[in-house]
Amino acid sequence: MLLGTIVYAFVNSIILALMAIGFNLTFGISGVANFAYGALYIFSAYATWMGLNLVGMPYPVAAAVSILLTMLAGALMYRFILLRVRGQALSEVIATFGIGLAILEIFRYLGFVGFEYNLPVFVDDSVVLAGVFIDVQRLLIVIIGSVVILGLWWFTHHTRLGLAFRGIAQDERTALTLGIDSDRIALLSVSLGAGLAALAATVIIPLGSIAPGDGYEVLIKALAVCIIGGLGSTGGTIVASFVIGFAERFTDTYISSHWTMIVSLAAILVVLTLKPSGLFGKQKELEERI
Amino acid sequence: MQKRRERVDRGINVRSGDVFALCSWREMLYLAGPRVLPVIAILLLPLALGIYWQKVLLSVAVFALLAISWDLLAQTGMISLGQALFFGMGAYVTGILNHYWGLPPLLTIPVAAILGGLICTALLLPVLRLRGIYFSMVTLILPLMLVRLIEATRIFGGTEGLTGMTPLPSRWLEIYVIVGAMLAALFGFRRLLGTDYGLVLKGIRDNDRSVINAGINIYWYKTQALLIASTVGAFAGAFMTHVYMFVGMPVFALDYSILPIAAAVVGGPGSLAGATLGAFLLVPLSEVLRGVGGLRIVFYGVFLVVFIVALPEGIFHFVQRKYNQFERWVEVDS
Amino acid sequence: MKTAVILRVAGLFKNFGGVQAISDFHFDLAEGELLGLIGPNGSGKTTAVNLITGFVKPSTGAVFFKGLDITGLAAHRIVRLGISRTFQMVKPFYQLPAYKNMIIPLYSPRVKKLVGGKYGDRDAVALDLLEEVGFERDARVAYKVAGALPQGYLKRLELAKAIALQPDLLILDELFSGLSLAEVAGILPIIEKLRRDGKTIIMIEHRLKELFRIADRVIVMNFGQKIADGKAADVMESAAVKSAYLGTE
Repeated sequence: MLLGTIVYAFVNSIILALMAIGFNLTFGISGVANFAYGALYIFSAYATWMGLNLVGMPYPVAAAVSILLTMLAGALMYRFILLRVRGQALSEVIATFGIGLAILEIFRYLGFVGFEYNLPVFVDDSVVLAGVFIDVQRLLIVIIGSVVILGLWWFTHHTRLGLAFRGIAQDERTALTLGIDSDRIALLSVSLGAGLAALAATVIIPLGSIAPGDGYEVLIKALAVCIIGGLGSTGGTIVASFVIGFAERFTDTYISSHWTMIVSLAAILVVLTLKPSGLFGKQKELEERI
Repeated sequence: MQKRRERVDRGINVRSGDVFALCSWREMLYLAGPRVLPVIAILLLPLALGIYWQKVLLSVAVFALLAISWDLLAQTGMISLGQALFFGMGAYVTGILNHYWGLPPLLTIPVAAILGGLICTALLLPVLRLRGIYFSMVTLILPLMLVRLIEATRIFGGTEGLTGMTPLPSRWLEIYVIVGAMLAALFGFRRLLGTDYGLVLKGIRDNDRSVINAGINIYWYKTQALLIASTVGAFAGAFMTHVYMFVGMPVFALDYSILPIAAAVVGGPGSLAGATLGAFLLVPLSEVLRGVGGLRIVFYGVFLVVFIVALPEGIFHFVQRKYNQFERWVEVDS
Repeated sequence: MKTAVILRVAGLFKNFGGVQAISDFHFDLAEGELLGLIGPNGSGKTTAVNLITGFVKPSTGAVFFKGLDITGLAAHRIVRLGISRTFQMVKPFYQLPAYKNMIIPLYSPRVKKLVGGKYGDRDAVALDLLEEVGFERDARVAYKVAGALPQGYLKRLELAKAIALQPDLLILDELFSGLSLAEVAGILPIIEKLRRDGKTIIMIEHRLKELFRIADRVIVMNFGQKIADGKAADVMESAAVKSAYLGTE
């Protein structure tokens, strides 16, 4: 049982990391806290479903279209709403929260709830890994997740655009003087964050079914991971995902499934009390004030 | 010829800005009207309404209290996405005191308000030292986590909740206590925010570095604001437990977090009267929309976005401006 | 006559995630001195001040004020002990009148005795203080909304806010930046009066001519290190300072 728990904990951690990485990108890099993140995640899942079941597209095409649509949605959201309230934290939070709310509840109202709303797994099979049964979908999640995370790390450290992202995160004014257009970067970061959410949804949703209520869960998990890992730190996100991922899984196996969320909550409060900027948070809160 | 819009104070506004306003009934009415008339109207309202709409008024007052406390926090720079935390905490403490120890409402409500406020403040204490966004995140997460906790441990009635609370002595007492509390909070906090103390709180939001630089411990003041706001919210929750004679997981519902924000944003962020106005507009509206079910929340969401982007000053400020000033087109000096 | 050392900075280092912002910064400041802190842009002057005033925690090193170890204390505590500073970028509360901007410093625990407890009349004290820094009382400049005032007045407001706290050590970060010659000439007497009242002052400045008129002593920084310390004339002659400002030939 121990080995099984460890394996599933590992998978869980990658899932959490995938969920959180988009949110972390957007917030850490452009300072935009996108509280519509969970809604975009669910939106992309429904978009894929519709592409698959209503339009009859092949699965990969539907998924790709959905990711693009979600990125577009993110960009539109920024262009028409966030741009106007940029810089006022209060308004940003409320605006994105409101949008997320509207999106999720519209789906719920229109009745998109039920077991028929699900996405098929990529490969319906399972393998035995070190004596543990694991379905291929979960394996794929691990592989794809690792690729995405590493890709993102490389992107933000080795490409022009990625470095521009980090420049804006560190010091917006200096970045501006270097000719980096902070509004365009912010738009891209929101859009990319949305795209990553969509990507995460594409691989993770097949494990269960699509439910609007999950939108809130995803947002909370992403928040939890980012808070513990330290907003803005990709490394922190990964470490925090593993911390929470393992904690959740072990709690689930050895105590009871009801307690998993509580463990996350306790973890958040503990981290915030002991090391407020998160495990790897680069931004010390007072220094930001100057 | 280029023209631009100019806003000029109305004559009567200027005339009533001085102590000589006391000489003229018209000017006194101009000043007193917007303050006194609504209060009188609100106090008389329960007498004119049937039972159903009295309950709606009750709801309005509760959400107004939550919106007012939200606005107080917002003016200090803390955006709470979880008023339900305060509401639910007060509700549960009252429920526990009444159900397990049989204490009467007269005791449980005040005690729950204060105790609920203290517990919520303690839970949020670690986040006060951090950037505002952490506060918002944790306030969002906490009520949802508490629901899971109750569900998992099945304490305090678990998923079924606690029933059979002591009701309040009379319907009239119910409505007037809560409306009275709402008016007290409204005018009391307005007064508070108008003092130098209030200026410090607002300063923390606008430029906390400057406030620190004055040798003021901003975390202590934030704690105080949080304590006040959470006590008010807990009071509302405690009160409702005795009105419904029930407390359960729904007290931490998202509704209690979102509607106050929508009310404050629509009514006028940064003004407590605006928050109250917002509650008066949105709660009856949501009652009317009750038939539409989940679409209600969609409306709140849309309202939030539309108002925060297009009409950030809110309805109250808009009306206030129209009352005090008029607009005209003037030629631009070249 | 040996005057007391009011501020001692010893071996201050600050590292911002890989960037060594301050290296081995140290000096003693005597009571009543007016110290000029100069150096090219980015040399770490403001960071040094942030370290002293508690807005940034040092990596290593110590700061002693009136004999007390204030290293790593919270900023508001340090203010209460008697150090007050202005900020380079003035950010008043723009919608409030100038005198209302003074209320927050006057709310400080340090000032309670001056104002007369929590319920004293801060408005009156605010108006008095503003008059001292040159807000003409009969022109009622103090009643104007801060957003409508020119930079010269805003800088004076910032100065008034710092003075209101009755500090023993006053640190002014680029008070003269953005001001016209006339405006600077208007503020200099106020600083000279503060000196006569016995206040110790540190001034970060780029306007060297004006600074050298009043500074007793000058410290030059470059790349986070102290490269010169002494009288203005001597310091400006040193080769290190010349190359820092003008570059090596």
